Amino acid sequence: MATAVVQHERENYLNQGSGVRSWLLTVDHKRIALLYLASITFFFFIGGFFALLIRLELLTPAGDLVQADTYNKLFTMHGQVMIFFFLIPSIPAVLGNFLIPLMIGAKDLAFPRINLLSWYLYIIAGIMYLHCLLTGGVDTGWTFYTPFSSVFSNTKVIEAGLAIFVAGFSSILTGLNFVVTIHRMRAPGMTWSRLPLFVWSHYATSIIQLLGTPVLAITLVLVVFERAFHLGIFDPRVGGDPLLFQHLFWFYSHPAVYIMILPAMGVVSEIVPCFSRKRVFGYEFVAMASIGIAVIGFLVWAHHMFVAGISLYSALVFSLLSYLVAVPSAIKVFNWTATMYKGSITFSTPMLYAFGFIGLFTMGGLTGLFLACLGIDPHVHDTYFIIAHFHYIMVGGAVMGYLGGMHFWWPKISGRLYPESWGRLAALIVFLGFNLTFFPQFILGYLGMPRRYWQYPPEFQVLNVLSTAGSTILAVGYILPMVYFLWSMRYGRIAPDNPWGAAGLEWKTSSPPPTFNFEEPPVVTWEAYNYEHIPAPEEVSVER
Amino acid sequence: MFDNFPLWPVQGSAGAAGVDALYVFLVALSAFMSAAIFTMILVFAVKYRRQKGVEAEQIEGSRELEITWSVIPLGIFLFIFAWGAFIYFKERTPPHTATEVYVVAKQWMWKLQHEEGQREINELHVPVGRDVKLIMTSQDVIHSFYVPAFRVKQDVLPGRYTNLWFHATRAGTYHLFCSQYCGTQHSGMIGQVVVMEPAQYEAWLSGGTPGGAVSLAASGKTLFAELGCTTCHRSDTQGRGPNLEGVFGKPVMLEDGRVVSADENYIRESILTPAAKVVKGFKPIMPVFQGLVSDEQLNALVAFVKSLSQPQPGQGTSQAAAQEQKVQ
Amino acid sequence: MSDSPIAVEHAEGLQHHFSNMEQQRDAASLGMWVFLATEIMFFGGMFCAYLIYRYWYFNEFAAGSRSLDIWLGTINTAVLICSSLTVALGVRAAQMGKRKLLVMLLLFTLVFGFAFLGIKGVEWYDKYKEHHIPGAQFNADDLVRDYPQIHIDQRHEQIYFSLYFAMTGLHALHMIIGIGIFAYLTFFAWRGRYTGGYYNPVEIGGLYWHFVDIVWIYLFPLLYLIDRKPLR
Repeated sequence: MATAVVQHERENYLNQGSGVRSWLLTVDHKRIALLYLASITFFFFIGGFFALLIRLELLTPAGDLVQADTYNKLFTMHGQVMIFFFLIPSIPAVLGNFLIPLMIGAKDLAFPRINLLSWYLYIIAGIMYLHCLLTGGVDTGWTFYTPFSSVFSNTKVIEAGLAIFVAGFSSILTGLNFVVTIHRMRAPGMTWSRLPLFVWSHYATSIIQLLGTPVLAITLVLVVFERAFHLGIFDPRVGGDPLLFQHLFWFYSHPAVYIMILPAMGVVSEIVPCFSRKRVFGYEFVAMASIGIAVIGFLVWAHHMFVAGISLYSALVFSLLSYLVAVPSAIKVFNWTATMYKGSITFSTPMLYAFGFIGLFTMGGLTGLFLACLGIDPHVHDTYFIIAHFHYIMVGGAVMGYLGGMHFWWPKISGRLYPESWGRLAALIVFLGFNLTFFPQFILGYLGMPRRYWQYPPEFQVLNVLSTAGSTILAVGYILPMVYFLWSMRYGRIAPDNPWGAAGLEWKTSSPPPTFNFEEPPVVTWEAYNYEHIPAPEEVSVER
Repeated sequence: MFDNFPLWPVQGSAGAAGVDALYVFLVALSAFMSAAIFTMILVFAVKYRRQKGVEAEQIEGSRELEITWSVIPLGIFLFIFAWGAFIYFKERTPPHTATEVYVVAKQWMWKLQHEEGQREINELHVPVGRDVKLIMTSQDVIHSFYVPAFRVKQDVLPGRYTNLWFHATRAGTYHLFCSQYCGTQHSGMIGQVVVMEPAQYEAWLSGGTPGGAVSLAASGKTLFAELGCTTCHRSDTQGRGPNLEGVFGKPVMLEDGRVVSADENYIRESILTPAAKVVKGFKPIMPVFQGLVSDEQLNALVAFVKSLSQPQPGQGTSQAAAQEQKVQ
Repeated sequence: MSDSPIAVEHAEGLQHHFSNMEQQRDAASLGMWVFLATEIMFFGGMFCAYLIYRYWYFNEFAAGSRSLDIWLGTINTAVLICSSLTVALGVRAAQMGKRKLLVMLLLFTLVFGFAFLGIKGVEWYDKYKEHHIPGAQFNADDLVRDYPQIHIDQRHEQIYFSLYFAMTGLHALHMIIGIGIFAYLTFFAWRGRYTGGYYNPVEIGGLYWHFVDIVWIYLFPLLYLIDRKPLR
């Protein structure tokens, strides 16, 4: 593509309208995406800080860094912040918000003001949660199990519950916006079968957000009522059932993990074809696999409860269904790999993150097979095996997908190129740090170390030290992109419209795009990933 | 198992080896699949790296491949499911002749009551080669009884009983962990399972309390009289309450037509909230004992009622069970 | 707010990011339907808890149900159904451009909404007087006394009333929001904003109101009509 056109002086969404008000009252989906970017990054570092404290405490078997109650608050709040204030919004609220209208050729989402409301709800929830954190915190575990949370805990359960309730509505409204947008705002010629897989993924994610989050909302409301008004819904002393809480909680919280992973899969589905210069292998299968994951994902929740006291027959059913949900994920991994076959591959930072995703998601997903297995789960449930499993998927998977997406679309979002060598270095550091942090935890778990343990028997120390060492490396890997992204906004090379030579409508407009996205509304007559017609970029990808 | 870098805990129970075998299979499968994917990505990345003059080949897909790599994994998954389900069923079906130990969990300790009357805190002594079944409840929040060496875990709930059983095969001392987060001292709610050779175990049993311990069922019998239960629950049909002999383990017909099984949870519920399930032909006049008996006392009463259904009531069942198991 | 650069002939009320009114209308309607789906899931969690506890503690649920005032409940049901009628007629009036009729119907809807809340307030106050509000003051001795032939565990009775207040409370909250929406619609209807060409807000506001009504249609039999046959 042509370089050197001084594009940053053209009017675009960043420089049109300045001042705090134009940002805080914006209805432009791209600006809202950046508002989210700032907020979720803030919470990511808070959650990450808690994680570091946890890992530091676990360097030694004794509880010697913080008190037990503090430790219990640390892991609770690490989980709640990372899940509700970072992972669930992350890709949808930043990349989804920014890209979906562009990808379908629309001027904005269907409900721009509701989009802004979503962000404000997120901020209100964040403030509520920060207040809870600063005035004592909460120690129930992110899972809020009753009767501990409703009757026995002495911490700010109500505040935390209400904060997450509000954050849930932010998530619901985002999902609502995406579903209506994808149905009604596609440009002429943009049929469902021409949609980028990123859009399909977000559609599936939105279905889950819409149907699952309200159940979490009502569950939290009931726990809050129980605690505030002494209602006896989950309290066994009044004939309530603590297992009812678990069923209601996991009915949302299992599909929630698909909210966290599907968008990342969508990102990978964009990156891999671009840096292989060919269309995705089995487009329809990948699209349908997203929908399949969303649907079956609603049917497996009680695999979190195999030792909770459910009947043998329930357990059988949920184990079987859990194996079914593994199939569409496997299909995706195979399809991405097949996309590389006979491609023309470059090793840009986004592609490195995509490789990392595929590898680590595969490992995390395979360990899911262990957990769905009734023979193994009783031994490893509530141990570090579970922790390793979900971190492989959520950090090795979702966060790497997020970072890959941020690098891929950074030129589009900011109009600048980040420094590619630093990008690759950071990707490598993240990959190595991640594996060193979490692989030992699989072993720890099978050896029997329970989760949420402030102190532990000395024989577990070596693996814990390895894990902590890894976490410090991982932290470096995460700080680097923050630094060079910020650096690039001032000193980075100006980005052309399409530095990667990627397919997709978002690349047909300027970097950064104008406020209304397209000079002329596009009319689509080609399928997604038409790489045979797009020349590879000559430079850019191999530059500093 | 490498002594210096163990990858799994010692196998302390009959079920552990089966769990480990399935684990090893899954590890091998995962390693194979991961290696396959990693290798393919690596090979493709190198072989198909961008080269001057070489274009990518636009391949739409292949229905045959998609079906193949959906059906084969599904088949493997179903195989794993079946294997796991089989283990789970065995692991969750305690033998009828198992020796029973009652467990009461509370923040933050484990209280155990042997049938023979011994009480332990945070320690469980059992003999090698005996089926042991734990009947567990919690006084407050949800806890979980976890013995990694036995590969067993079961959440312990307030308000009802849950079970866990194992067959220890190796003398030694094994970790007991609480594995359901339960508050401040969750990580301190640990103990040990001490597995002893049968002779030593008998010695331990009789050595504990001077004058011999009162069996759980016997203390239950005493309590049964003290609380006035004998007034209505007589050994004949004249009582205002049902005769409890032979009741345990059998189906019971209720006033509203339902038929329930008289298991530990039923006995417990009938003591705490009798009106919940009234036996057909009787009036709902039994007093409520919620708040009047502790969990330990409940366990004793349950053990007593169970003893009324056993062929040799009154004797400690450990010997009977040991004899039965030798015969098997 | 953004400034539309090029002056295109554009219908009143068309928002800048839509290409035409039809797209805007379709999007708004779909949005409201999707939102109502989330509301179904929201109430659904509570209905699920209700179903389970009713199955376990039928006697207590039956006794609790009988202690509710069936006449007030029936009147409230009629009130809401009438309000849905006025809403539906209002949408029709808007479609036909009849401003005065629309305003009147919307006002009636508001009146019905307030009536519903008022009657609900009376019912709750009755529960307060009877000590049926869960918590430290809860006391269901009167139920035990009134129904000697069925066995009532007061702890389980508390669960019935917890669900009663949670469900009717959440429903009332939605009613209040509905009244807010309709106050907004009434105001702008009076200002003449809704015409034959642009009445979508009335339509989707109406959808929301109908939904809240339907939730009540489920709540009424589940809470009030559990077991009204005469006792032996």
